[in-house]
Parts: sequence; structure tokens; C-alpha cells
Amino acid sequence: MSQVERQQWDVVVVGAGGAGLRAAIEAREQGARTAVICKSLFGKAHTVMAEGGIAASMGNVNSGDNWQVHFRDTLRGGKFLNQWRMAELHAREAPDRVWELETWGALFDRTKDGRISQRNFGGHEYPRLAHVGDRTGLELIRTLQQKIVALQQEDKREFGNYEARLKVFQECTVTRVLKDESASGDGRVTGAFCYERESGRFFVIEAPSVVLATGGIGKSFKVTSNSWEYTGDGHALALLAGAPLLNMEFVQFHPTGMVWPPSVKGILVTESVRGDGGVLRNSEGKRFMFDYIPDVFKEKYAESEAEGDRWYEDPDHNRRPPELLPRDEVARAINAEVKAGRGSPHGGVFLDVSTRMPAEVIRRRLPSMYHQFKELADVDITAEAMEVGPTCHYVMGGIAVESDTAAARGVPGLFAAGEVAGGMHGSNRLGGNSLSDLLVFGRRAGLYAARHAAAPDAARSVDEAQVDTAAAEALRPFSAEGPRDGTVPENPYTLHQELQQTMNDLVGIIRREGEMAEALERLADLRQRARRAGVEGHRQFNPGWHLALDLRNMLLVSECVARAALERTESRGGHTREDHPGMNRDWRRVNLLCRLAEPADDSPTAGRPDVRAEPAAGSAAPVGGLAAAEPARGRIALTRVTTDPIRPDLLALFDKEELVKYLAEEELFE
Amino acid sequence: MSTRTPSETASDQGPAERPDAAGEGSEANGSAYDARFRVWRGDVDGGDLRDFTVRVNDGEVVLDIIHRLQATQAPDLAVRWNCKAGKCGSCSAEINGRPRLMCMTRMSVFGRDDVITVTPLRAFPVVRDLVTDVGFNYEKAREVPSFVPPEDLGPGEYRMMQEDVDRSQEFRKCIECFLCQDTCHVVRDHEENKTAFAGPRFLMRVAELDMHPLDAAAASGLDRKSTAQEEHGLGYCNITKCCSEVCPEGIHITDNALIPLKERAVDRKYDPLVWLGNKIRRRPT
Repeated sequence: MSQVERQQWDVVVVGAGGAGLRAAIEAREQGARTAVICKSLFGKAHTVMAEGGIAASMGNVNSGDNWQVHFRDTLRGGKFLNQWRMAELHAREAPDRVWELETWGALFDRTKDGRISQRNFGGHEYPRLAHVGDRTGLELIRTLQQKIVALQQEDKREFGNYEARLKVFQECTVTRVLKDESASGDGRVTGAFCYERESGRFFVIEAPSVVLATGGIGKSFKVTSNSWEYTGDGHALALLAGAPLLNMEFVQFHPTGMVWPPSVKGILVTESVRGDGGVLRNSEGKRFMFDYIPDVFKEKYAESEAEGDRWYEDPDHNRRPPELLPRDEVARAINAEVKAGRGSPHGGVFLDVSTRMPAEVIRRRLPSMYHQFKELADVDITAEAMEVGPTCHYVMGGIAVESDTAAARGVPGLFAAGEVAGGMHGSNRLGGNSLSDLLVFGRRAGLYAARHAAAPDAARSVDEAQVDTAAAEALRPFSAEGPRDGTVPENPYTLHQELQQTMNDLVGIIRREGEMAEALERLADLRQRARRAGVEGHRQFNPGWHLALDLRNMLLVSECVARAALERTESRGGHTREDHPGMNRDWRRVNLLCRLAEPADDSPTAGRPDVRAEPAAGSAAPVGGLAAAEPARGRIALTRVTTDPIRPDLLALFDKEELVKYLAEEELFE
Repeated sequence: MSTRTPSETASDQGPAERPDAAGEGSEANGSAYDARFRVWRGDVDGGDLRDFTVRVNDGEVVLDIIHRLQATQAPDLAVRWNCKAGKCGSCSAEINGRPRLMCMTRMSVFGRDDVITVTPLRAFPVVRDLVTDVGFNYEKAREVPSFVPPEDLGPGEYRMMQEDVDRSQEFRKCIECFLCQDTCHVVRDHEENKTAFAGPRFLMRVAELDMHPLDAAAASGLDRKSTAQEEHGLGYCNITKCCSEVCPEGIHITDNALIPLKERAVDRKYDPLVWLGNKIRRRPT
């Protein structure tokens, strides 16, 4: 079995979206030989679907903007649960990351004086999003892709080989991060186990640094804006390698996804529609968002339609319309309107730009939206309103990382950046902060991964037994448990559909204790059945097999979401409990860490894993061997940890009255 | 290898036959019907069209039907896709012989009695079923010299007028679905031309960089116009506009990129004044 090809690189980046490519560019520029592994073709990553823009306080449109204002908006959007140091670094560094893209060939839309234009977006005090129409993510990916090609051209000139120092392994999947598990080792990363989708061939990359940049988890939900790749791979790889996930209960439901026809349900309708003037109406024609401005935002949003409308032209003397509240607020409002019977014919609400601007302006500013509705729904958005409703869009939770270095806690050599990393966005991400997050922390992850790999004692060799174990795990779907005991192999597609339905119905936008408990039971059942997921055919480009392997990841991550959501008895950002409707200040400082449960906890008789009150010691994290894929009642253990206090100079950016709404008593006292 | 026969239909399959798995079809639309599909299955060693009968619901696109085939009748049917929203350019195939994105081809454009034939892109080698080896395109991408940043401008100092970036922005709408590369007759049935010809997508990339207001290639001694002709095979293109017709982004590849590039290349080549001016300006300082 051990005839698996091995290659040696300094840094392996898993994922080729914005974060992965930015990390790879940085690592390569730092001198590290860098390999990028991605499930799709190079240039197809989910980042291409980002529409609205990149948030960066360049101040090109309103010179009042600066990093402090951006930081403040980000913390407000995240309801103060953000890892504040990440939010600070993000706000400070985002402008440089955007400007740098121009030097690599990006062509953003321009202001009248030739600078990068910036647009309004939900939760951002000033026009802040650098954009290209409504296809900003495509511009970002293409620019990074072309920068990588430029670096490869350099290497071609210098070494006669495009891939001498930077190689993209496209259409390959990583199923395990490998570590030094010898008695003398410190559990550091040694590489990654991968397969080629095209041939099914296994290979191992030996490398002292692994950067996870795999994006999100949306494919565990039925209605989602996410592409097939979003199966929580990096989240699961980190868990299995012994790293904890942070605050997985926070899942963003974007307020505006398409709702009709059924086959496109969930596809994103960009927030730029509202940023540029679009309004939300219910079946009675009412702009209902005025009824949903929460207390914490009361002073910042318009009280009347007239004021909101004036704001587009005169933002200094009017307040913004409530359609531009953070996404969690808007999504909940739409949900409530539909529930109250004031929805549109297909169970959404109306989003209208047709009465707000001339057809030709709509076509110029929102070309892909125009195209998307015309082609997929026969709706001309310049003449009629769109029907929209919430769609699972983004996970704020993710791998717990060190803010400055993007290093995963507890596993030397493991780094994470982008959506797969947790903490930056707190309980709710602002639109536009994702693309900037990818660039800021992608670069940092690449930088520190390269430094880690350059250390003289960097780990270099992978243990044979781990390779065999990983190979056996990957091959299991071909020998799924057969008709013994009257059971038949499970169809992975059916399991996936049931998982999506479960998460959608029971751990969705509005959550209830009983439903989440039921979700955990169903997940346990699905885990048992996933063990019997079988596939037909052979290893060459076999989607059934790929899905069977991805199911392990989706099931692990879904359990994290459900367990953490059950634990947090308050409503905050992307976590809304019908049975605990208010935000509770005492929960602000509480972070929930998910870890793989100790194998000893794994017996089928074990009930719900204990929730420990104290953080586990850093290195005592359990390590997931093959046993991690064994069915058991619960695979995830929760730990509560308390965040560091926010640095005083950052706290000073807020008014006292505002802080009172968020901070716990004892924090205020300090 | 799969040993199924070409006449395979849904009824050959086991208990997995469940067109409406997960209640998807229960959307209470009375308009669902069974469509007849012919899908190419095979690999580098050969293959053939297989017949399927499969459920179609209101509003669906061809990719939905291919997914339903995977979920219910052919779990190992190989197909590329990502975003299912016409933004990533992964699910390119030929539908009734026409290069298209499966995710943007609605079933309603076909008659209910039509047989819908789905085959892999013809200009590229088959890997398996609907998946082809599109490596040609990535090779060509590497052969186009990258953007050259102007030496005298740092990050944040770039100033460009919107009207000056409009032209290149149109080309940057490209989602790299490679439908234009597939349909272009220069390579579609002429494997031998692939070495010398970059294809519409990458000639357009040359035009994009050439029209970029701040690209400093010329200052560095690179004349993009003449390389389009000499290195990337612009001369093979005889502007039949097939590429523009299949472009899902509606980019005017021929009119806005290739023809202007040809005109400029011709200017360069034959205008003695331009030639002379070039020689003078190019002198190292």
C-alpha cells in the first residue's frame, strides 16, 4: 500500500480562493517553495462569487474614513464578539492590500478623479467598498491568479521551469493533515495526504507548514449561496489534527438570495442592490425595515423613508436607510415578515431597484444581477421587483488562530486564513469585510508559514503508518459494508440531501433548543449511515466517491454548529434563539471552542460530551486518528474560554453609552 | 470501468431510483415532466452516448438534470461545476452540439419531446464523461507576458479614468469557461494549430493588457501588439465571430479585442513611421 508518491515543499496551501492565493504569493515571495492544492480548476474558487466589493478605508469617496472607523463598524457588526486584534489588523492593513492589487493589474471602477471608487454597504459608515461592478470577487481571483502566473514566469526565466518554486495542484483534495506523532515529537505538522480527482491517485506532500484556506461550510445547508466546494474541509482537517474551532454557532444567512425558481433558490443577490438604492418591501408594499431597527442601532439609521432617500445624495446631514443594517438584522426581518404572512408569492419579500433608478444605470452598476435574473428567472430587474429571502452564506466560526500570525492554536506548523479561520468577524460579518479578510490574513498566513518552514528544525518527513491509515480511510467507500444484516450501501447523494435538510430545518436562521437536540440525534444517525456510504465505479473522476469523502467533513462541522448553537443561550449576530431572544452581555466574553472528543469519550454509550468550564491545556488536545471517522453518539466536545479584554485605546473609539449596551458589568468596571 | 450498455435506462438501476429525493420535486408544480437525455459517457479509450429518462421540474437548468442523474441513476457520472450561477465557468459542455454553460441553459428553451444531447467540449481531450483536459488553456495563459507595473508609481498612486479602463474591464469579465476556445475553428478540428495559436481568450488577454492605461510593457521593451501577431497566432483568426457568439458574458471578443488588436498589429508591422518612431523611442536611456 505504501507506494504513495511523496513530494517535498516548504509550504502547502490548501485552497485557491482569495486567502489561499494571497498566502501562496506571500510565501513564495518570502522564498518558500510553495504548493497550492485546490479541489477545482485554478481560478474557479468560490471567491469569484463575491459581488459587492472589498472593504478598505482608503477614504477615496469620503475622506472622513480611516481604519479606526472601519474597526468600529466591524466590531458593531460582529456585536463585539470579534477577536479585536484581528479586527484591528484587518482595518489597518486592508487599504495596502487593495492598492497592491492594482500593481498586479487589477482594474477597479474609478472615481471622477481617477482613484478607486468606493460604494456604500450594510454596516459601513462611509462608502468603503472597492469594486468592479458586481463582479469584484472575479476581479480579485483573476488578479491573484495572474500574479501567480507572473511569479511562475519569473521562475521560468530563472530556472527554466514554471513550477520551480510555486505550483498549483488543481483538482486535488486533501483528506488529512499529517503530523509528527512520535513520542519525542511535539505534534507538529509534517505534510498533507491528497488525492487527484482526475485519476484517483494518492500522493503525499511533505512540508513543515500547512495553510488551510478552504472557505466555508454552506453545503451542509439546503438553501445556500455556496458552491459545492464548501464542505467544511479545512474546518474538519483542523479538528482531526487536534486544533480547536471557535464559535461555530455563528452562521450568516445573507438576507437576499433568490427564492424562485426552486433550482436557483439560494443564489446570491448582492447587497450592492441595496447599497446603490434598492429597497425591501413586503406584500403590502411597505418598506418594512423601518420597523426592525434594533435599539443598539437606533441613532444611526433613518426614521423615515424621506430621510433615508436623502442620505444617498447627502450623507452628512441624513442617516442611512435601514435596508443597510448589518445582514443578520435584515435576514431576521425578512424571515419575520414572511412568517407574518406578508411575504411574496414564492415565500420571500420584494427587493426593488426598478422604481429607484433608470434602467440603464441598473444595467451598468448591477450587470450580473440583471443577467442572472433575466437568464434564470425571466425577471427584468429594471422593470419589476426581485423576490428574495435568506440564504446560508458564510460561517463566522472557524479555526481558532493567533491574531497576528494566523497560526492555528495548539498545532505547530498549521495556519488558517479566510473564511475557514474564526474570530475576525465576531458573531456577524459585514459585507465587504470578507474579501479584505482574505487578503490581510492570507498574506499574514503565508508570511508566518514561510518563516515557520525556514526554521532550522522544521519537520520534514511523514510517517509511513499515517500514510497507510489515510489511504485506507479514503478507499473505504469502495468497500462499504455490504448487505450483511440486511443493510445496503447508502447512497452518498441521499445522505447529503438529508444532512442539508436537517441543518436547514433544525439549525437554520431561527433556532430552538428542542430542534437542535433533534438535529444532533439525526446527525448521529447520519454518521452511522455515512459509514456505509458506498460508491460505484472506479477512482477516476468519480463524483460519488468525492462526495462520500466530503461527507465526513460536513458531518463533523455540522455537529460543531449544532452543539455550539445549543450551548449559547442568547441571540447575537448569526445566532438567533427563539427561546433566548435577547443579547446577553455576560455571553460577550464567552467563546465556545469545539474539539474532537477524546477517543475514550467515544463509546456509543457516552452521552452528550461534557462541556468543560475551563479551557483545556494547549497541547492536551486530542488527536484524531482513523477513529475519528468511526460512528459515535458525539464526536465534538465544547470548551468555554474567555476572551482577552479589548485594548483601552480601541475601546476609547466608542462612546460610553454604546459600550454599556455590549460589555459585561465587570468589563465596564475595569 | 463501467460495463453498462448504451441502451441503459433508469429502469436498469437499483433501488436508488428516486427522482424526487429529499422532497425536491414536491414543490407542487404541475409542470414536472420526464425528459429524454443522451449523455456521452466514456474516457480516453472511447465511449458513447447513453440514454436516460429523467424528471424535470419548473425552472430547472441542464445542470440540475445532470445532478439528478448523478443522484439517482449514475452516481459516478463525471462533471465539473462550482457556482451554478454563471460566475465561475466550470460547467462548460456541448448541448445539442452547441458550446454552453450547463448552469445557464434553462430546460424551458427545449421542447418537452426533444432529446437533449450533452457531450464534452470537443476541442479538448476527454478525461471522463463530461470532463475534459483543459490544460491547453493554462499553458497558453502562461505564455502571455504579465502586466508590467509602471516603475514610477507606488501602490495607491495609480490614477486612471473610468473611460480609460472600460475597454479592458469588458475583457476582465471573462469567467474562463473556455467556450470560445472550444468553438474557435482554428483549433476545434485542428489539433496541429494549438502550438502556434493562443485562442480567443488569450488573444483577448493580450488586448486587455495592451489597452490597460498604465501597463508599462512598452517601456520595458515589450510590444504587445507585435507579439500578438508573432507569438500568439493572431493571424490565424479570420474574424468569423464564433467566439463572441458563444460567450456567456456577452463580451464582444472579436469586435472589441481581436479586430482592434489586428488593426494595431498591422499598423506596427507596415507603417514605416511607426516602425521608425519605435526604433527611436526604444533606444535605451
